[in-house]
Amino acid sequence: MKRSRDDIIFETINTTLVTIFFILVLYPLVFVLSASISDPTLVSQGKVVLLPKGINFDGYRRVLEYPDIWLGYRNTIFYAIIGTILSLMLTLTAAYPLSRKDFIGKNIFVIFFTITMFFSGGLIPTYMVIKSLGIRNTIWAQIIPGAVSFMNIVVVRTFYQTSIPDSLQEAAAIDGCSIFRLFLTIILPLAKPIIAVMGLFYGVAQWNSYFKALIYISDRKLFPLQLILREILIINQIDMNMLMTEGELEVIHKRVEIATLLKYAVIVVSTLPVIAAYPFLQKYFVKGIMVGAIKG
Amino acid sequence: MKSAVERKKTLRKMLSTYQLYLFILPTVVYYLIFHYAPLYGIQLAFKDFVAVDGIWGSPWVGFKHFKLFFSSHYFWELIRNTLGISVYALIAGFPIPIIFALMLNEVSTRRYKKLVQTVAYAPHFISTVVMVGMLYIFLHPNYGIVNSIVKFLGHQAIDFLNRPEYFKHLYVWSGIWQNTGWNSVIYFAVLSNIDAEQHEAAIIDGATRLQRIWYINIPVLLPTAVIMLILSAGGIMSVGFEKVYLMQTSLNLSSSEVISTYVYKVGLQGARYSFTTAIGLFESVINFILLVIVNVIARRLSTTSLW
Repeated sequence: MKRSRDDIIFETINTTLVTIFFILVLYPLVFVLSASISDPTLVSQGKVVLLPKGINFDGYRRVLEYPDIWLGYRNTIFYAIIGTILSLMLTLTAAYPLSRKDFIGKNIFVIFFTITMFFSGGLIPTYMVIKSLGIRNTIWAQIIPGAVSFMNIVVVRTFYQTSIPDSLQEAAAIDGCSIFRLFLTIILPLAKPIIAVMGLFYGVAQWNSYFKALIYISDRKLFPLQLILREILIINQIDMNMLMTEGELEVIHKRVEIATLLKYAVIVVSTLPVIAAYPFLQKYFVKGIMVGAIKG
Repeated sequence: MKSAVERKKTLRKMLSTYQLYLFILPTVVYYLIFHYAPLYGIQLAFKDFVAVDGIWGSPWVGFKHFKLFFSSHYFWELIRNTLGISVYALIAGFPIPIIFALMLNEVSTRRYKKLVQTVAYAPHFISTVVMVGMLYIFLHPNYGIVNSIVKFLGHQAIDFLNRPEYFKHLYVWSGIWQNTGWNSVIYFAVLSNIDAEQHEAAIIDGATRLQRIWYINIPVLLPTAVIMLILSAGGIMSVGFEKVYLMQTSLNLSSSEVISTYVYKVGLQGARYSFTTAIGLFESVINFILLVIVNVIARRLSTTSLW
């Protein structure tokens, strides 16, 4: 049959192209992982191509001994937890009234929020607000700006509307249940999937953000992990004395190798939490996007 | 005009659901402080900011800062770099996720499809700092793997990040590496919603795979694609600060300085608040105009538009 032969050709070409794409995406990730546990000399000579060679965990040991990384790590965990809780509270509560038909003035609120998506004050006016509130160079500068996004409010609202039956809410209202109790005892428990999605959205964003800290935070003790990473990976500002013994310090070539090894290891260590959460992320993130995109 | 009775009824309804207003109040306050208060600061663009007088008390200077910006020698360089990067990113970055979704959709082995998807989404979760850090490591002239290949092929090592002519390509293609999978999610979702009967009917009519993609799958994706295009066009003047700033080196500035990085350096680091507020305002006005124009075009050409 002619058609099936065409199909086989099509399928072969298509699968080949998809596989090439697959390899292109995967390769850098595998390489970083391999290089982080390889002998740095072999890596810098270009001898590590795919699989690790001269396996050792020296890079990770040096990461463990680098105090700034742990400072950043601790701060970021703190920011991510507090920031996510704050973001969730604001997003989940604001979305609820917008999901109800009996909420008078809904459109006014929607317009109020939408305007900010098209008009923003820009960097300098925002900076001046943060400064005049007195939260510059405090933990709040990392947590509060960007705590809510209207897009996420819309997604949550759509979830409330489509996934929680009206009849349930009406029945509760007839039973004399206050809106607060209704929200806490019926809405929130039913909204668990979307809470997970939003929590992960906000959590990852907070974990990966460096811009807020760059402009608002100058106290090193408050630096999030990403700012420390910036010093190590981008500015190449690595405190060699923390990394090496006296004998090693004298060999310049060795210094570069160890710095590079540290970079590979620190990439893995800093991305690990997100990667560990990834199986959940994938399942929920995709769902979250679809709720917002298709129904919203 | 509403009658008094009706108004009373509305008021009573609002009172009976007053708790709903308490729900939305914290977020409204948040928006007033962190989104609306900065809007108030935009007036700085037309003033000379004097710290002791505050925003309100500083003297008006009209369009002074705008004129200064438009007539400065770096104006065209900033515009050229900003537009160059974002238009390139749009032209290359917009169709690839669509093509990827269409192709992956045709893969018949379910488990392989899932595997490719899982891997393709992963880079999206890598932070900008790590992403750019990887570029620095891979492209290092002496130790990077890319230059190992370049040297293996018998060429001289290239210091990619310090050469202005490579900046745009590195920026755009690393972005494509990072986000193609993630950006294809939405198209993939639309494709999986297509009624299987449509394809079955087409098969009976003797349509080939390519014909089915062309006549069924692509038209289904079109409305979503148009919306995505409009939204990205609205951001054409604002190249993301975060990645560009990290990729800047003193040697590639001639092609990597964009409006947002310039505002950061001159405005915050150089404390020229009024001048850079004016530049920021210019940027958002152009963005908004572009959004409106593209939306109008989209409404004329297809039935899909934002409003």
